[in-house]
Amino acid sequence: MNVKTDHAGMANARPAAENGLVPVHAAIRRNEGMALEPSLFEAMDVNLSAAERRAATLTTRRSVKKAWQAAWLVRAIECMDLTTLAGDDTPGRVERLCAKAKHPLRDDIVEALGLSGHRLHTGAVCVYPAMVPVAVKALEGSGIPVASVATGFPAGLTPLPQRLAEIRYAVGEGAAEIDIVVTRAHVLTGDWQALYDEVRQMREACGEAHLKAILATGELKTLTNVYKASMVAMMAGADFIKTSTGMEAVNATLPVSLVMVRAIRAYLEASGYRIGFKPAGGIRAAKDALAWLILMKEELGRDWMAPELFRLGASSLLGDIERQIEHFVTGRYSSADRHGLA
Amino acid sequence: MNQIQDILRTMEYGPAPEEDAHVRAWLKRQGGSFGHFIGGRFTKPETRSFKVFNPSTGEEIGEVAEGTENDVDKAVKAATLAFAKWSALSGNERARHLYALARSVQKHARFLAVLETIDNGKPIRETRDLDIPLVARHFYHHAGWAELRDEQFPGHAPAGVCGQIIPWNFPLLMLSWKVAPALAAGCTVVLKPAEHTPLTALAFAEICNEAGLPAGVFNVVNGGGETGAAMVAHPGFAKIAFTGSTEIGRAIRRQTAGTGKKLSLELGGKSPFIVFADADLDAAVEGVVDAIWFNQGEVCCAGSRALVQEGVAERFYGKLRQRMEKLRVGDPLDKSTDIGAVVAPVQIEAITAKVEAGVKEGAALWQPSWAKEVSGRPGCFYPPSLFTGVSPASPLAQEEIFGPVLVAMTFRTPGEAVQLANNSRYGLAASIWSQNLDTAFDAARQVKSGVVWINSTNLFDGAVGFGGYKESGFGREGGREGMHEYLAQAWLKKAKPTRIAPPLEAPLPAGEDLPGGGRALDRTIKLYIGGKQARPDSGYSYPIYDHAGKIVTEAGYGNRKDIRNAVEAARKAEGWSGMTGHARAQVLYFLAENLELRTDEFAARLRQATGASPAQARKEVATSVARIMYYAAWADKYDGAVRGPQPRMLSLALPEPFEVVGISCPDDAPLISFLSLTLPAIAMGNRVVVTPSPRQPLAACDLYQVLDTSDVPPGVVNIVTGDRDQLASVIARHDDVAAHWYFGSAEGSAMVERESAGNLKLTWVNNGKARDWHDPKEGQGEEFLFKATRIKSIWTPFGV
Repeated sequence: MNVKTDHAGMANARPAAENGLVPVHAAIRRNEGMALEPSLFEAMDVNLSAAERRAATLTTRRSVKKAWQAAWLVRAIECMDLTTLAGDDTPGRVERLCAKAKHPLRDDIVEALGLSGHRLHTGAVCVYPAMVPVAVKALEGSGIPVASVATGFPAGLTPLPQRLAEIRYAVGEGAAEIDIVVTRAHVLTGDWQALYDEVRQMREACGEAHLKAILATGELKTLTNVYKASMVAMMAGADFIKTSTGMEAVNATLPVSLVMVRAIRAYLEASGYRIGFKPAGGIRAAKDALAWLILMKEELGRDWMAPELFRLGASSLLGDIERQIEHFVTGRYSSADRHGLA
Repeated sequence: MNQIQDILRTMEYGPAPEEDAHVRAWLKRQGGSFGHFIGGRFTKPETRSFKVFNPSTGEEIGEVAEGTENDVDKAVKAATLAFAKWSALSGNERARHLYALARSVQKHARFLAVLETIDNGKPIRETRDLDIPLVARHFYHHAGWAELRDEQFPGHAPAGVCGQIIPWNFPLLMLSWKVAPALAAGCTVVLKPAEHTPLTALAFAEICNEAGLPAGVFNVVNGGGETGAAMVAHPGFAKIAFTGSTEIGRAIRRQTAGTGKKLSLELGGKSPFIVFADADLDAAVEGVVDAIWFNQGEVCCAGSRALVQEGVAERFYGKLRQRMEKLRVGDPLDKSTDIGAVVAPVQIEAITAKVEAGVKEGAALWQPSWAKEVSGRPGCFYPPSLFTGVSPASPLAQEEIFGPVLVAMTFRTPGEAVQLANNSRYGLAASIWSQNLDTAFDAARQVKSGVVWINSTNLFDGAVGFGGYKESGFGREGGREGMHEYLAQAWLKKAKPTRIAPPLEAPLPAGEDLPGGGRALDRTIKLYIGGKQARPDSGYSYPIYDHAGKIVTEAGYGNRKDIRNAVEAARKAEGWSGMTGHARAQVLYFLAENLELRTDEFAARLRQATGASPAQARKEVATSVARIMYYAAWADKYDGAVRGPQPRMLSLALPEPFEVVGISCPDDAPLISFLSLTLPAIAMGNRVVVTPSPRQPLAACDLYQVLDTSDVPPGVVNIVTGDRDQLASVIARHDDVAAHWYFGSAEGSAMVERESAGNLKLTWVNNGKARDWHDPKEGQGEEFLFKATRIKSIWTPFGV
């Protein structure tokens, strides 16, 4: 499939924005996966220095200022999987997070941006499976999907039947998106068939729910591993590929993300399916959010700057974005206590 | 719909202009006109001047005085006056000045970046992130060389007052590459910035004053070609350094011939960008962006000629086209601009003409969908362009375009990639992309270029030498090797004129009795070409006399065809250049051994030729044996340097042989001078064509048998007897000879330098000065090894 033609086709098919801020695209054709085809990735050898150089210059080659920056940060909110994944999560904590997801910016700021009357909310709320019922209830009617990590998050070393049962549980409780973790051992030992089979079964367990495959790139170590794991996960039917659990020593980085989005491009060329991307872990500053949006725009294009194909996994990013947007609105640097906590 | 909603729909970048108010204020402060900077003061602009424009808008940004001969002369006087004190400062004192310049550049980094962008049209991202930081880095690095000069370059003195002419593509960066090593060495400078882009040099002059650089150490004379010619012609310069076009470089080579000026030339290129099938193609695509869409493609070392392995070519071109769609051409002051303005309308015309000729010729041109918008906008803009299916014979593949135009062709095998890469008169840089380091290094060693970037491109550092092979020029900028361009052997300053023997008699029968004639078996002295003794093509012989003027024998009167044959033999002996230093050392030790065995015979020959006493003659043979051993010792030790200019990066400074070197020997010391010149050349892997002392060639000719018995492979040493200057003129004009060493008269030196301009071979001439070949200080040493090699810098990033 020709990528350019596909993009052009999408642009024509796109109807005008309605009530929401996110343009309503022609539905993303859901990835059905394909047979494991190692020839599509086995020869790949990613050059680390070149990837780092490209990643480092993404944000020096592009700059987003003033109104454009404010708008891009609004988009970052819309793409955000507002997340709490902590041992001390309680229903109260999750409810508070959901409230923030529905109301991420102060009303006066929304008004100053000229966005009153639009439903501005985060891309999703992301919780542990046990918290899914609480989140689903709290978000009822908001249109915000609940995402749940599953499959023995974060290490993924629970026996497979239990991991699959965990997915079914979360989906049964109303989770619309499942963030699974892959077995790193399969990648580290190059057992692509095992990785493929595992993700394939998880995808089946998800049913209608979308599957985001967390590769835990910080533990895969090499960019070549990251590329190959990305390709296998997509071939097995992942709707999104995601960098990290947030628990690894190294979380989302731009070079890793660059390699993953290039894999998305390669998979699109091979299969015609557009796969989403979700960096997660360690993304705390508004300028990081801009950096990832630049990456998406440069390497994949405009379609990947919307929540259907791009999510930012973050727990504390929103606070900085609120402060930066308020600065745009008022011209004064803002402080954290002026914005509602999640 | 409001603005935020609009942006949310399009997700465009929006404008992000760099503030230029401070620079505007600076331009205003200058009152719109600029003089020269001579002796620490700006001159009042007088009658002749030229205008400077911002190429992105066409707006006039200043009027600059055009230097006359008189201005050049004043600047040279100021630099000469300053030289005495400056060169006498201690290394530490000079280091402090260079350090202050580095710091001052950093303090004014953004000012310089914005000014450069306004003057040149290159994007602010590049001036901010590359040009100016590299300028500071160059001064820091050379502050170190100032400190270490006396310790690291014993026996050297600063070259003197230097005239430096720089191009418009990297105005301040090229200034730093020229000025920093000169000042570190103890030289003073008169710099001529390019006519299109003089402003940052003048801002730098202000900075020099602010940093307390003594008056006259750095001077600026503005102007165009005429001013440049006046600089080159000025007798007050000891050294001319030029970066620019090959044509101008050639003219400068001719103009400076015989003046005794040191010369370094950094000229054009058509550098190959080789993509092997096993490359990380996405990485290589970004490499192309950094290669040819960097600085609007106005980069002498730009990877402008893509060689792509056939099996991946279409995929690679597809990725490249996708990437090109994303490039942004426009306002250079906008922080999101990739490609800014081309320097001037005349350059746009030149690019357009070459591209149109390429299209007419039938090459496939591709430009992004938005290319027409670029061509249509006011200011000097040109869209990124890609030619595919270009044949090596096309002018597109051979001539420098100096614009954002990549020409691409395919290759089948690694060998063919190297062959195509070297199929160029130029040899500045090469970029090689493969995930297999075996493949990459194999190509890196074979490519004829001064810089090789493996899996990277357009990387620069003060510690890493930069400069060309072939018609891309000679001399290096940066690193230890670059310092040599501004230093001279201290003893040379006091060298006396050499005694030149009278011209050879006509190559006719002498009409005298040859010794032993008719009684002893006649021994004919032939030439030595390709390991065989060969009769001279001319069919003439000339008489050889002893020290007392008695005829001894006759020697072959070599002519241009003999030189041609000798060069061909040397060209074929390429195995020698590929041998290890150890293997060459073994041959040389064997040579020493065999010469020593024949001490008596050679001593007798020397006595006959020079009238030396038996003891003197034996001593000269002994010294000759020692000299051979000296270079045998060096053969496996002069092996370059490894540097780490970036994290996870090894940069190798490899001394590589020139391959075919011509050597014109002096009249005196017929054996030791022959060996002193031939040995370092072959020890480093060159193959040589040597003309021995014209009047006393016999000691060299006696070596034929010694060379044969010492396993010196055929063609490594080729010897042609005859008239030195006649033969030297053939060597100097031979395009397959990469370096020529000449030790004869001042006139001959001038002739060799002038004639070498054809292929810009590196020359080493004595300017008619004498050298004591017996004295190890003058007759041997690292100087010879340095001259026998050229540094190839190979950048090798690694990481997993």
